[in-house]
Amino acid sequence: MSRSDVLVDAEWVESNLDAPALVLVEVDEDVSAYDKGHIRGAVKIDWKTELQDPVRRDFVDKTGFEELLSRKGIANDDLVILYGGNNNWFAAYAYWYFKLYGHDKVKLLDGGRKKWELDSRELVEDVPSRPATQYKAKEQDLTIRAFRDEVVDAISTKNLIDVRSPDEFSGKLLAPAHLPQEQAQRAGHVPTARSIPWSKAANDDGTFKSDEELRKIYSDAGVDLSKSTIAYCRIGERSSHTWFALRELLGLPDVKNYDGSWTEYGSLVGVPIELGEPK
Amino acid sequence: MTQGCAAPAQTASLPATVDLANEAVIQGTVTRAGAPVSSAYARLLDSTGEFTAEVVTGDEGVFRFFAADGDWTVRVLAAGGVSVDSTVTAKTGEVAALEVAI
Repeated sequence: MSRSDVLVDAEWVESNLDAPALVLVEVDEDVSAYDKGHIRGAVKIDWKTELQDPVRRDFVDKTGFEELLSRKGIANDDLVILYGGNNNWFAAYAYWYFKLYGHDKVKLLDGGRKKWELDSRELVEDVPSRPATQYKAKEQDLTIRAFRDEVVDAISTKNLIDVRSPDEFSGKLLAPAHLPQEQAQRAGHVPTARSIPWSKAANDDGTFKSDEELRKIYSDAGVDLSKSTIAYCRIGERSSHTWFALRELLGLPDVKNYDGSWTEYGSLVGVPIELGEPK
Repeated sequence: MTQGCAAPAQTASLPATVDLANEAVIQGTVTRAGAPVSSAYARLLDSTGEFTAEVVTGDEGVFRFFAADGDWTVRVLAAGGVSVDSTVTAKTGEVAALEVAI
């Protein structure tokens, strides 16, 4: 797999805005950004109200995903280009999610909304109307999703990558520093996890670093690129970004995202937790 | 429902749900020729220069972080290749205020 199979740049998007069978999708948790202006033709997906189950802590199920994509006017054969704010965290999460439900023709806009804005490219307020489709999803591909017991079993055996900020890793902070810190769970990290913040994989403008730079970052931090890997963060979207870098850009064969992440692990009774700086 | 990871609205006054006694707040305003700049990107870097958080300024040009005690750098990015660094010290129970002119 090469970079152009999974990633497009802003220029490419600008010149393909009117291409047939191409759907731009902006994914955010706070969709007010979309409402104020988005890339022409883009539909929005609300991470919180449309991708999460409203009652249980889980994703919408297969039927829910089919209904969502049908309603958005996305067909099984469409090429979906995802982008969003927060350095593409939620777009990367949605990318992982599209792959989980078997949509193969999906790519990320490199740098997301930030790069587009910093380049002063056009944003519009018109909301497109797309005719509904009959989308059919596949069963979840669990080769890319890790659950809690697998994470405990991975201690000392697989690569565990904690992609939160260094202060969340050490236990000094419980959430990213743009959020208030009061949380129910214990602070710290999974023993034997490497601290490699998601941001190491991105440039200031939100674009991904080159394959050579990425390979060096993870190897230098002690990740054995020939071994199986599980990435986690707080709720699973920053780790989707790292999952994308490792599996989609570097092409590592066995990389899973642990979407339960620290809000689940840090609340489990009896599991090992380590505090302090990376070793 | 699990709280997500997106930044809350960047307003000038501290959200009512936040108890400042437990938070080390870093807050500031981005201005250009005296006027507030919305849609600028404020990045919080720790004392080693490592990225910690990022928010987009709101209509009043405001950004806010909930940091930990210590020294931090705020890097402001805006269209036209603007990148301005400011250093700040945060302390629990206080709001460390910054003015960033770009």
